[in-house]
Amino acid sequence: MKWPFGVRTSPATETSERSFRDVVMPHLDSAYALARWLVRDPHLAEDVVQDAILRGLSYFASFRGGDERAWLMRIVRNTAYSALAARARSKGRPVSSYESLDDAAALEVVDPGDDPELALIRQAERAALEQAILALPVELRECLVLKEFEELSYKEIATITGVPIGTVMSRLWRARRTLQDRMLEGASHDA
Amino acid sequence: MTPEQCSELALLIQADIDGELPAAEAANVAKHVEACPSCATLQQDLLELSGRIREIRSPTAPPALKAAIAERLGAPAPRRPAAGRRAWFAGGLSLGVALAASLLVFAWLPKADMAPDVVVAAHIRALQPSHLMDVVSTDQHTVKPWFAGRLPFSPPVKDLTAQDFKLVGGRLDYLPGQTAATLIYQRRQHLIDLFVWPTPPTPDKAPANGSREGYNFFRWQAGGMTFWAVSDLNSQELAQFANAWR
Ligand SMILES: [Zn+2]
Repeated sequence: MKWPFGVRTSPATETSERSFRDVVMPHLDSAYALARWLVRDPHLAEDVVQDAILRGLSYFASFRGGDERAWLMRIVRNTAYSALAARARSKGRPVSSYESLDDAAALEVVDPGDDPELALIRQAERAALEQAILALPVELRECLVLKEFEELSYKEIATITGVPIGTVMSRLWRARRTLQDRMLEGASHDA
Repeated sequence: MTPEQCSELALLIQADIDGELPAAEAANVAKHVEACPSCATLQQDLLELSGRIREIRSPTAPPALKAAIAERLGAPAPRRPAAGRRAWFAGGLSLGVALAASLLVFAWLPKADMAPDVVVAAHIRALQPSHLMDVVSTDQHTVKPWFAGRLPFSPPVKDLTAQDFKLVGGRLDYLPGQTAATLIYQRRQHLIDLFVWPTPPTPDKAPANGSREGYNFFRWQAGGMTFWAVSDLNSQELAQFANAWR
């Protein structure tokens, strides 16, 4: 008889350890990026990734194959939500702006071929857009980030966030409309 | 087409730029957009926004984090950073304990008598600030129903306030082979994790009590359930806890 799924008949050995590693290592950048966008704090994001790896290891015995990245990202996402909840309980301070995600952005050298003034404006616009994304409600932000930066499909995003595809679509829509409104506000404010 | 119909198209136009539409549907959208200025503007705006968002550099995992995880997962670290490496656990756990915990986590699988290590590792893991309790309550009548529907078994929950062990909450722990209902009790500043799961058909040969990494544990079975109490509380008082429970 052929088992339909990868049923483990003997205790997990070195192979399963290695395969957990194989699942995790290629997706660390994605895992960290998601954590960073969700918790908006570089140190907490590191803790989230580490915690998620530990949790993933606990869950791994029950992992039945499938989309490895989505599986890991879902754990990261849930861990980030726990971390946010824990922090909300302990502090709950309102934040008006967030630490830039790109530590190097401030030092970025302007391409000498560009009009320096234009380059500065574009950089400021990018920073404003980044802040607008960080200010989105977390359930909109996660859909947007998974779509635009991780280039995941609606189905994968639905798996990770645990909501139906229709909800993913409407959240993406709301996220984008909100950003467009913010950008327009910013532009008229500057003018 | 009326504006209402166009607004219904919005999610399709979005799905199109997200590459989610099958060719035939994408062609229909394209045909409409060509003929409808307001939908064309919408599509243009969405494309432009998407392009601008992608100019932002999404963060990548710091090399030190990658190296630490690679090392922890038993692989040769790609690069050992000289400095700036953060401790694995935030919040009051020493790096030594944390590393010990991680080693235990990786060591548990092959041997049957690793159960004490598994529960101690789970206890240490739970001491991280973000994962202590899933349900916070001192009321057994709140904690017990919380597990219902989340587990295929119903763990007994006892109020030991009279014995000076205060119930503070519960959570689920995903241990190899089974999910545990974990009850959290407190005496002074010490937390006690009580892991509960149905006794397997082949009972484990783990010792009834002992210590690992400075944490004491007691194990017993009752009513078809296996119990593991783990804490940094001294073993005498933890024995009191076990006896009060039994
Ligand atoms: Zn239209």
